[in-house]
Amino acid sequence: MTEPLLAAVDLHKTFGPTPALDGAGLRIWPGEVVAVMGPSGSGKSTLLHCLAGIIRPDSGTVSYQGTPLSTLSDVDRSELRRTEFGFVFQFGQLVPELTALENVALPLRLGGVRRREAESRAMEWLARLEVADVADKRPGETSGGQGQRVAVARALVTSPKVVFADEPTGALDSLNGERVMRLLVAAAKDTNAAVVLVTHEVRVAAYSDREVVVRDGKSTQVELVR
Amino acid sequence: MSIGLTLLGLLETGPRHGYDLKRAYDEHFGQDRPLHYGQVYSTLSRLLRDGLVEVDGVEAGEGPERKRYAITASGVTDVRDWLVTPERPEPYLHSTLYTKVVLALMSGRSAQEVLDVQRGAHLETMRALTRRKLTGDLADQLICDHALFHLEADLRWLELTAARLDQLSEEVRR
Repeated sequence: MTEPLLAAVDLHKTFGPTPALDGAGLRIWPGEVVAVMGPSGSGKSTLLHCLAGIIRPDSGTVSYQGTPLSTLSDVDRSELRRTEFGFVFQFGQLVPELTALENVALPLRLGGVRRREAESRAMEWLARLEVADVADKRPGETSGGQGQRVAVARALVTSPKVVFADEPTGALDSLNGERVMRLLVAAAKDTNAAVVLVTHEVRVAAYSDREVVVRDGKSTQVELVR
Repeated sequence: MSIGLTLLGLLETGPRHGYDLKRAYDEHFGQDRPLHYGQVYSTLSRLLRDGLVEVDGVEAGEGPERKRYAITASGVTDVRDWLVTPERPEPYLHSTLYTKVVLALMSGRSAQEVLDVQRGAHLETMRALTRRKLTGDLADQLICDHALFHLEADLRWLELTAARLDQLSEEVRR
């Protein structure tokens, strides 16, 4: 591997008078789990949002497989996010009107996969995340831990190259948080998806291969010898 | 940890031979440091002398005689007292690391670097424990969790200290 999957160089981003990123950089290699750590307000979520192409940095570049995201149209960036990236947030952000199965099948349906095929693949992912039993339940009818595992299934169902997880266990107790991390990391390793894991919990970060620390909008990272 | 009291606690579940006792100890508590036979037998003879265990039976075999040990009433009392006596909380890392941070600040070195290096080392250990936990049985998970929570506490102190470095720096230079 000569090229990182994702590379961010010298990112700057200011919200009003507040600089959120002040020269942050980061490289993500295929299949690795990287914890992005740092105190509240250090810029770690902003860094994740820039990496995922959700927000544009004021300056600096983010490249995915060598292509700068800034050269892509909005449509192409949306397409990239839908096909290559998966997302897990602190609160699952599942669609409340849909069942767990429909939620997980949704990214496939948006990509034009037929309902039967999409639901069959969604069911496989629900089983893998140990939540097949809530397939017909809506988000309001499941526990927090179950909902978060449904969200992980939804993030992985399209076989993304990168999963962005922003405090994925932040709303869960220790036991449920660990279960989510164990299943998320195992599934990512099995499919060779990289995981960018934003967390302030070190026990969660311990599931990573390496960590990047963001402080005052700058990042320091130790890359593994490869 | 007291090996004698741990062996007594194991004997409270029923009489055992020295060999079985060693196996039970290693299985539950000796992952990192299994007991030597010598330790088991010297500990048992001390417990016998102190009246905390008694010989429950002797079996003649091809090798040496096998003694079976049972806990006595005063042994049970000792185990109970031990279990409800709190362990002394040991703030070992705090004091060493605190000294390092203050010395770094006093000598104009980077205290942030001291903290970053320690965070890296802590996280490496926590990763190893997490991997062991994922492949281990329930006992492994409990032991690893205990270590993980302790290391987490150290790291939380590190993060807080990092956040206060400017203030600390002003105070030590005063």
